[in-house]
Amino acid sequence: MQLHTRKLLDRSFTATGFFSILMMACALVLILYPIIKRGTGAYIFRATVEHRRVQFDEFGAGSVQEIGQEAAEVAAARQPVFDMIAGHEEGLKTGLQDAFEQIRALAATEGGFLARSIERRLKRVHDSSSLEECLLILGAVQETLEGRLQNERHQNVISLIKERKKRVHAEAKKLADMKDALRDLLGPLPGDRASELLRNHYGQTRWDRCLHYLDKFLYKYGWDYSDPLSGGVKVRTPRVDEFHGTAIEPIFAYVRDNLEAMMRPRLTFYWRFLTTDSRDAHIFGGIWPEVLGTFYLTIGAMLFAIPMGVIAAIYLCEYARPTRTVSLLRSCMSTLAGVPSIVFGLFGLAFFLNTVGVSDSKSVLAGSLTLALMILPTVIRASEEAILAVPFSYKEAALGLGAGRWRTVLTVILPAAMPGILTGIVISMGRAAGETAPIIFTAAVSVGLALSPLQTLNNPTPALPWNIYNLCTEHEAVDEIRHVQFGMVFTLVALVLLLNIIAIALRARISRKLRG
Amino acid sequence: MHNEPATTPAIKDARLYMSTAADAAQKKPDEPAPQAPDNGIAMRRMQSFAGREDHCDLESLEAHVRARTFSIFYGDNEAVRSLSMDIPRGRVTAIIGPSGCGKSTFLRAINRMNDLIPRCYTTGELKFDDQNIYDKMVDVVQLRQRIGMVFQKPNPFPKSIFDNVAYGPRLQGERNHGRLADIVERSLHEAALWDEVKDRLRDNALGLSGGQQQRMCLARALAVNPEILLMDEPTSALDPRSTASIEGLIGQLRGDYTIIIVTHNMQQAARVSDFTAFMYEGLLVEYGNTTQLFTNPENKQTEDYITGRFG
Repeated sequence: MQLHTRKLLDRSFTATGFFSILMMACALVLILYPIIKRGTGAYIFRATVEHRRVQFDEFGAGSVQEIGQEAAEVAAARQPVFDMIAGHEEGLKTGLQDAFEQIRALAATEGGFLARSIERRLKRVHDSSSLEECLLILGAVQETLEGRLQNERHQNVISLIKERKKRVHAEAKKLADMKDALRDLLGPLPGDRASELLRNHYGQTRWDRCLHYLDKFLYKYGWDYSDPLSGGVKVRTPRVDEFHGTAIEPIFAYVRDNLEAMMRPRLTFYWRFLTTDSRDAHIFGGIWPEVLGTFYLTIGAMLFAIPMGVIAAIYLCEYARPTRTVSLLRSCMSTLAGVPSIVFGLFGLAFFLNTVGVSDSKSVLAGSLTLALMILPTVIRASEEAILAVPFSYKEAALGLGAGRWRTVLTVILPAAMPGILTGIVISMGRAAGETAPIIFTAAVSVGLALSPLQTLNNPTPALPWNIYNLCTEHEAVDEIRHVQFGMVFTLVALVLLLNIIAIALRARISRKLRG
Repeated sequence: MHNEPATTPAIKDARLYMSTAADAAQKKPDEPAPQAPDNGIAMRRMQSFAGREDHCDLESLEAHVRARTFSIFYGDNEAVRSLSMDIPRGRVTAIIGPSGCGKSTFLRAINRMNDLIPRCYTTGELKFDDQNIYDKMVDVVQLRQRIGMVFQKPNPFPKSIFDNVAYGPRLQGERNHGRLADIVERSLHEAALWDEVKDRLRDNALGLSGGQQQRMCLARALAVNPEILLMDEPTSALDPRSTASIEGLIGQLRGDYTIIIVTHNMQQAARVSDFTAFMYEGLLVEYGNTTQLFTNPENKQTEDYITGRFG
């Protein structure tokens, strides 16, 4: 081959190699960038006063004075909004007054059962009753009258009620819509009945979500099906259009301009995200039970897999004669390394839980055993290779000095093979921490508390990989907890990285010591 | 312990030898030992025989290792064929021969290192202190503690020098640090390494030079007080200066230990050994007094080999 052809080939080879490494780096960055960017968003974000209230009420964070003072200031900023709504409702109620007067007049002139029935219902109407209540009572009166329809006067009252109800009802519906949007943004309005769900007790805790809900408050989203070909177009109309000429019209401008005063966003480092448990299915709170669960499962899997794997590798390398059984055993192990993890999960359920019964329910113990089984082939193979790589002369020297086989393994071969074994452990540890399928049936639950080490023997735990999947697919308010999902992914990646760094540092130290 | 020299002249010999070997090492440390002798003049160059022509009568010495029709097989291949020889106590015995003649195999059979090789088995009799080495009742671990070995390439453990030398005593259950330190110091003194490493006993042994490593391996073997020291081409991986120091050590250890050394280097055999065995294709061709074997070989094959006509 000519010299310049050879050079050309050399260069193209170098270029190809360089290019593939570059591609790998790009892929890595592309994967990691959103994880890091959005994941850190779970820890560092602009938290509103609602966040601080949740933290205070649920986790006892913050001081009473500060929270109280801030709440008072925020309430003052929000008061005009509530006043405007109350004023508008009052106006609508006034529009119903003549209907009530007609009914009262009717009841006064008529006697008997009908009058008593109407009066009983009217008693419940007073100044403080809400618009919805008034409308409900009107409806009830109308029903009563329709059941006893006797003369034209009744007929007139019914049509009056119908007309008023229709007009006010349309207005009230628009108002209720607007109030719902406002509730999503600010939390419960004055006069609301306390909800069962914790998420309805507070407004938006994150400023980015505030802006999202502000948009929902200011604009109505609907679908325009007028063009049959396009199959519906999303249209966005300002909500203020619905309230032109009413007392409530300025509310939109007010909320838009004073949202910061009402929510008080402040850049916060929310480290409690890592150390607290969650409330109301991860809408509030942190991910500590998940982190701890992942930690338990990984460490547990390692506790089983490392001794078993290393001992198996020692047996295969040092003790087993190269018979057909051993080679069969080796190929079985290779097959095991390729078995899909969900199969291990089902095996764990069938064997550890249903057959052996290591615990009454799913448990960290069962999950650890299943994970250990899954990573065992990797550990064995890596250990085996590391042990085989130990120079024969070490073994010879130890045996020549009168060491038994077991002593040789323990004092010479294992220490020399330790860096290689640790590499295998690092790889399998990352896998154990991130694997979802084996723990679905054996260890993981969606919601749970942090366990004490002793409880792991008999209790299931939430764990990061499973909860990431669970929150992304099965949560009823998926969009509300995007930050939690990304925060979990980020934490998992960071956790695995941390474990790896520890193992790599350990490995480097041992290698350095061996090299002298 | 049975390493008491059989006769007093042996000790005198050792002293005599020590001076010559040490002189040789000091006078011309840089002159490499010629690997293959020039044909005719080879014998004349071998001036530094250990000087024990007198009383070197094999029959009159007590045998420490005794082989009788001893054969070693690798599968179907008979590597050592029906070998019979007595290796005297407290002397240096060299085994020479071309590559593949079975000399290393025989050496490794003495402390049963061949057990590591699958499909290797032996027939005949190989006795050490009148006990058959290949008897089923023999504890290999104990055997190897009594028969130490130094290998072709220095093979220190990747541990500190102290831990390396203390490895054997620790195996025997010595936990007392003071006693261990004594043993390490004594062994390193015996291996003439103490002065070089006394300040860095905690350093990794792999940081030593090749010659130092080999001497440390020697110290490690000596630390368990073996009766026999097997040396499998101990200097083949070393430079001339280190070779000279190892040879000097062999001279110093002579008398205290029974030393069996396999070597490719005939000058070395001539310099260090009392007796020499020449093996060829698994057979023991000639065995006798070193001086006699090198100056007046009985066998034609031996003569051809030591004059460099083959091998």
